[in-house]
Amino acid sequence: MESTLGQPNFISVAFFLVFVLLTLGITYWAARKTKTSSEFYAAGRSITGFQNGLALSGDYMSAASFLGISGMVALKGYDGIIYAVGWLVGWPALMFLIAEPLRNLGKYTFADVLAFRLGQKPIRISASIGGILVTLTYSIAQIVGSGKLINLMFGISYESAVVLVGGVMLLYVLFGGMIATTWVQIVKAALLLFGVTLLALLALAKFGFSVSDLYGAVETTYGRSALEPGGLVSNPLDAISLGLALMFGLLGLPHILMRFYTVPDAKEARKSVAYATTFIGYFYIIIPIVGFAAAVLIGKDKIAAVDKGGNMAAALLAELLGGTPFLGFIAAVAFATILAVVAGLTLAAASTISHDLHFNVFREGKATEEEQVRVARRATVAFGIFGILLGILFKDQNVAFMVGLAFAIAASGNFPALFLSILWRNFSTAGGVASILSGSLSASLLIILSPTVWVEVFGFSSPIFPYKNPAIFSMTLSFLAAFVFSKWFPEKKAQNAYESEKVRVYLGIGAE
Amino acid sequence: MKLKPHQLIESPEFKKLVRSRWTVSFILLAFLFVNYYGFILAIAFKKAWLTERIGTTANFGLLAGALVIVISWFLTLIYVYWGNAFYDKRIESLKNTLEKEGEK
Repeated sequence: MESTLGQPNFISVAFFLVFVLLTLGITYWAARKTKTSSEFYAAGRSITGFQNGLALSGDYMSAASFLGISGMVALKGYDGIIYAVGWLVGWPALMFLIAEPLRNLGKYTFADVLAFRLGQKPIRISASIGGILVTLTYSIAQIVGSGKLINLMFGISYESAVVLVGGVMLLYVLFGGMIATTWVQIVKAALLLFGVTLLALLALAKFGFSVSDLYGAVETTYGRSALEPGGLVSNPLDAISLGLALMFGLLGLPHILMRFYTVPDAKEARKSVAYATTFIGYFYIIIPIVGFAAAVLIGKDKIAAVDKGGNMAAALLAELLGGTPFLGFIAAVAFATILAVVAGLTLAAASTISHDLHFNVFREGKATEEEQVRVARRATVAFGIFGILLGILFKDQNVAFMVGLAFAIAASGNFPALFLSILWRNFSTAGGVASILSGSLSASLLIILSPTVWVEVFGFSSPIFPYKNPAIFSMTLSFLAAFVFSKWFPEKKAQNAYESEKVRVYLGIGAE
Repeated sequence: MKLKPHQLIESPEFKKLVRSRWTVSFILLAFLFVNYYGFILAIAFKKAWLTERIGTTANFGLLAGALVIVISWFLTLIYVYWGNAFYDKRIESLKNTLEKEGEK
């Protein structure tokens, strides 16, 4: 069967327009409710645990998860499953370690938690550096990926695809703030879960609804090895390091952490993680079915011919099973996926700029509601345009390393400081600043010296740093720096304030 | 007995609450590590375990991948159960012993 991928067809465009109109409708409704900064950044703390769980999964299940993992399973077999597993295990850790304290201590951004008892200015400035590095690298990866996908799916040029995604995303964040972003994520998560379920069911129908028969077909076509681990974990230290980055990176992603401020209290925050883990776990359990079915029904060669990374496996499978209408639906879902993630990232970056830097550092907490919301909107526009431009600039770069970088910086720059400020009485401002800066800088530097950038991007013959994932080293360095500098420059004030912090962390007294 | 905030956090009940909260967290985190890194290390060092077949076509590796996800999810639910059944109730009773400054 010839694929119609890459040619704009009426049904794809219709689905796409319906989605955009529906979500812009939500934005219009949200815009009328978004007047205060609490509504702009935190949806007025009016989101329920269930809704926030869906929105969290919408924030987390990016195009890399949906199209990337199904493509990886289709082309590389079992190794794709190892990735899917790694993407889930951060959620329980988020629940056990920081979900409740984060909700009880913070207001709008994760830097609020650090700044609770440490020096406002130095901590907020360094936390903003860590936060913006993560959101920026993660956004560029998403934007470049989205440009290529829309380009392949609708056949419009890469540049116009990037501008289209960036433009619609800006509308959501700008006018609707967190309320609109949350609902766009809820709609997207529901569409994605529905689409993948339908895709897996239609695919399984071809094998008499027997997963065992599907595996049998994979084995007959590609041999036993497709169902067995291949070369992904050939270097155990690298695999452990990647695992640390995936697990603790989640605990330092600013756009995920800020979602906890949209719920009214710690109990709802706990519920949100439980729902999010349920949705995301379900998704990662069924996504390999889509990948394996695509490998058998379409063939690895055909999938790789359309896109050598395998990113079109799910779309091609949808077209085969449900014709152009289903392809159009899946294309719209993929588009929604990208939009929602980029909107979440932009909102997180805008909050850091306006709340941490402008409001708390430059204006020292003296700014009116109108001024805060106005600055947040300007920061949104600036970050959005910057993201679009960088997306166009990075067009032909391999951006996989950027996702790795975002997670490594989040795990080493943001997580250790956040964690220690909750648990360690003697943590000081100097320790916090040292931890954030040494973690994010060492993670960035090691990625540049690693095979992913030094060899694949710069073209040198051998890397200076032999591992692909720096987290095990950069996280250790970050904790070490926190310890040494906190001991070296102890802070009486921070130790005294630890008491009132405790009352708030555990009992939620004083939390907004 | 009504308490001031700093008396409260010095009280044995509060200290016990904090200790049990982190004990539960770190035990569950240890299970999560064993669960996930057990899987990764099995792939690295004991591949033969995972390539062994179950039934006609599946193998232990495929089952293990899904199981790691299910176990992680289950650990999350254990925490929620503990939170709802014990932690929240003890927080409520501790809050009631706290002297409200605005009431006087």
